[in-house]
Amino acid sequence: MNIRDQDLSTSIDHREVLQPSPFQARVDEHGLVQNWMSWNGYKTARVYDTLASEYFAVRSTCSVMDLTPMEKYRISGPQAKAFLNRLVTRDISNLKPGRVTYVIWCNDEGKVLDDGTLFHLREGDYRLCAQHHQLDWLLLSSLGFDVSIEHETHEVAALAVQGPTAFAVLTHAGIADLNVVKPFDNVARTLGDIDVMVSRTGFTGDLGYECWVDPKDALALWDAIFALKQQGLFDIRPIGLGALDMVRIEAGFIMPGDDFNTAETAVRADRDRSPYELGLGWLVNFDKPYFTGKQALIAERARPAKRQLLKLIVEGNKPPQDAFLYDSKNGSRIGTITSCVWSPILKTNVTLADVTFTDGEPPSEIWAEIYYQKELEWRATWAKCRISEKAFWIHPRSSATPPNNL
Amino acid sequence: MTKSRSVIVVGGGHNGLVCATYLARAGYSVDLIEARDTVGGAASSYSFAEGYRTPGLAHVIYGLNQKICRDLNIDLSTMIADVDTIALDLDGDHITLQRDQVLGAHLSSQDHSAFKAFKGEFRAYAKALEPLMMNTPPRLKDMDRGDKFTLAKLGWSLRFGLGAESMREFLRVGGINIYDVLNELFDSPALKGALSADAVLGQHMGPRTPNTVLTFLHRLWGEHQNQLSLSATSLIADKLEAAARSVGVRIKTRAPVKRILVENERTCGVELASGERLSGDIVVSNADAKTTFLDLVGAEHLDAMFCHRVNSVRQNGSVAKLHFALSERPNFKGITDSQKGARLLIAPDMRYVEHAFNHAKYGEFSEHPVLEMTIPSLVDSSLAPKGHHVLSVNASFAPYKLKAGWKASREAFVERVVETISNYANNFSDSIVATELLTPEDIEQRFSIKGGHWHQGEMGIDQLFMMRPVHGAAQYETPLNGLFLCGASAHPGGGITGVPGHNAAQRIIRGVAK
Repeated sequence: MNIRDQDLSTSIDHREVLQPSPFQARVDEHGLVQNWMSWNGYKTARVYDTLASEYFAVRSTCSVMDLTPMEKYRISGPQAKAFLNRLVTRDISNLKPGRVTYVIWCNDEGKVLDDGTLFHLREGDYRLCAQHHQLDWLLLSSLGFDVSIEHETHEVAALAVQGPTAFAVLTHAGIADLNVVKPFDNVARTLGDIDVMVSRTGFTGDLGYECWVDPKDALALWDAIFALKQQGLFDIRPIGLGALDMVRIEAGFIMPGDDFNTAETAVRADRDRSPYELGLGWLVNFDKPYFTGKQALIAERARPAKRQLLKLIVEGNKPPQDAFLYDSKNGSRIGTITSCVWSPILKTNVTLADVTFTDGEPPSEIWAEIYYQKELEWRATWAKCRISEKAFWIHPRSSATPPNNL
Repeated sequence: MTKSRSVIVVGGGHNGLVCATYLARAGYSVDLIEARDTVGGAASSYSFAEGYRTPGLAHVIYGLNQKICRDLNIDLSTMIADVDTIALDLDGDHITLQRDQVLGAHLSSQDHSAFKAFKGEFRAYAKALEPLMMNTPPRLKDMDRGDKFTLAKLGWSLRFGLGAESMREFLRVGGINIYDVLNELFDSPALKGALSADAVLGQHMGPRTPNTVLTFLHRLWGEHQNQLSLSATSLIADKLEAAARSVGVRIKTRAPVKRILVENERTCGVELASGERLSGDIVVSNADAKTTFLDLVGAEHLDAMFCHRVNSVRQNGSVAKLHFALSERPNFKGITDSQKGARLLIAPDMRYVEHAFNHAKYGEFSEHPVLEMTIPSLVDSSLAPKGHHVLSVNASFAPYKLKAGWKASREAFVERVVETISNYANNFSDSIVATELLTPEDIEQRFSIKGGHWHQGEMGIDQLFMMRPVHGAAQYETPLNGLFLCGASAHPGGGITGVPGHNAAQRIIRGVAK
């Protein structure tokens, strides 16, 4: 009997335990290497074709990524603003409708629970996008506030369109008036007869947009974009989480769960991290009404910093994956590398690293001990590290409006 | 100068009065704000029907702390008297429980000797916990010298105060239920019923609920301090008020507090329902933790998890208070005139008590309630017209959250109580002139206690000591700078003891002097 004839609806099919995305039909079609992973329970491509071609789509042409699995929460009601301002460390009271901002939120001890983007959709109506599931914390935090919180991850399909030609691609696809859209703007547009919400946001450090549609319109959106490729107008490629990880490290963006333990998942003392310890002190505002963790952060600010997540450029071309860091060659151990990538565009190793401070100051020298293999023979070497204050790679067109002026 | 610091005490229950008095004596400028007409809270006497008064929500007072009374110049000598407990029997074969002996015609000799040993042993346990009671509970994280000292005293008291054998026994029974312990020791079902009823009185617990040994110890700790005669219960609120006024506490009644004001992460005073604002350097709340943090301060000024912990405190009351105005004295079968000042219990055996609690678990009131009664008019004739009487009853279990809702259930519940009492006093139902029922909902409204729980929170082991009311507010200070707790929701908890008020005042005086 053909397996397709069996009624499998009552049994669990191990091949289908991951939730399909509204884009799944196209995602599966493009996923030539069948390299899947779970992202918040969705079947997501790590790589569609080759990592290199996907990376260069982001950096040189136009990349498309299915963002649907990102956790999305709709927060509305008379006290939505007050609730959110008590939740996050930033003052969001001046976030106007049509604007987006990057936020983090902490537990009572001032340790970061997650980060995300906050969209002010309409007056008093917000969407919070988070890396991890946050419904418990949001509901728990809502005690005492007249606010409604809904999990809408499955109700909104999202596609990130990122890269130097992203503006041209979306414009040619038929979305009008993108030239007026500034970074962190969020506007309502149409594409043919479907409604698209377009935000100028992204995780790549380059020009890019995120398109938000009703799941029923997901394939139409995908097809309208990829039609341009078929016409030979643009090179457009779907990218997986592998390429995204490369470009986000280049752009200096941290990944909760990779670069630090989120406070709710940290078991051991000292494994959770405050905004200051993540180099995100600029997101903490004490001149606003009370927010969860404020007292703890005020106290922490008064003490010398114990450690910080730093952006390090590691010399040489050996991969500093998971390397220990020392204050000199064969010196004392002062930290580890949490994320790293050989940057094809910068031709250097760029990393994020958790580094211990002394008397509130970073170490004057940082050395990475790198283990690497040559024809199955393991070797060790030392590489000098340089602290980078700025993101390793941010293109000016990412902040120019209109972006095609450059 | 610390002397000029101004304090606002929110709520004039007995703990608020005690705390205010200590602070005023220490030189603080103290305003005490009370929502009701009178101060004294659960300990204050009031008229419940034309011509009839109740000594108060609390009709039996034990454990009023002697040190506090000495400090406040309250002379207890004429007020203290051991109050007998009489476990009523349908046939008049009652058992009388006294401090160190039990009387009853049909008790076994084993029961007599076991009772004496049991009370002695358990009183020793209660005494061993004393270092913890009169001090700020130690923090287990980031301890300071005071915390370590308190823990060391407790350890010493348990190990050397009790001795090795008693300590081992204490550690064995400390966390278990009273049902098992009483079955190990006693024969008489009636005796076990009475003791188990005392262990669970005021709690949402049955005899088989874990840590009912601990609640029983808390009760014994109070008894060990002292007991007030029934005639003295209605006096204590006035005495505490007089003590407060004598040291300059300004008392403002009929002034419900709307909110505690916050500025720059610290409290700066209160706003009354009338709109009037009072500023103060320190605010001390006699209200329960939920009212204090969630209603008066507001979640928007506090951390989210802290609010969640406060919101999760178990403090739904399970006891209703009934006051009956009676045209004649209820003739409880077999009760003599010499037993006038006693408290009467209807809890014939432990199964009865456990079954009564079963209903409460599922949101129903008890079919056959456990009753604790006094006839205060027998010892204080001013409470009722001549020849008439007042019967004051604590009826368990009457859960705060009733499936059918209290509105629809009041009459039926009163009927259950009247019927139960009538089984023991046949003239009772015909002599009722007026009835007042205070369900936990009414107690919540009347005394501003969320959930209507006597103790402002269950006295469960997870809500005691350094976890009372919650971690983060268990040392009288709270996450909000300048705000302190001084009521029963703070350590060591409920009862008319004055100890939370005393400890909170000490904490403030020491802390600010630093």
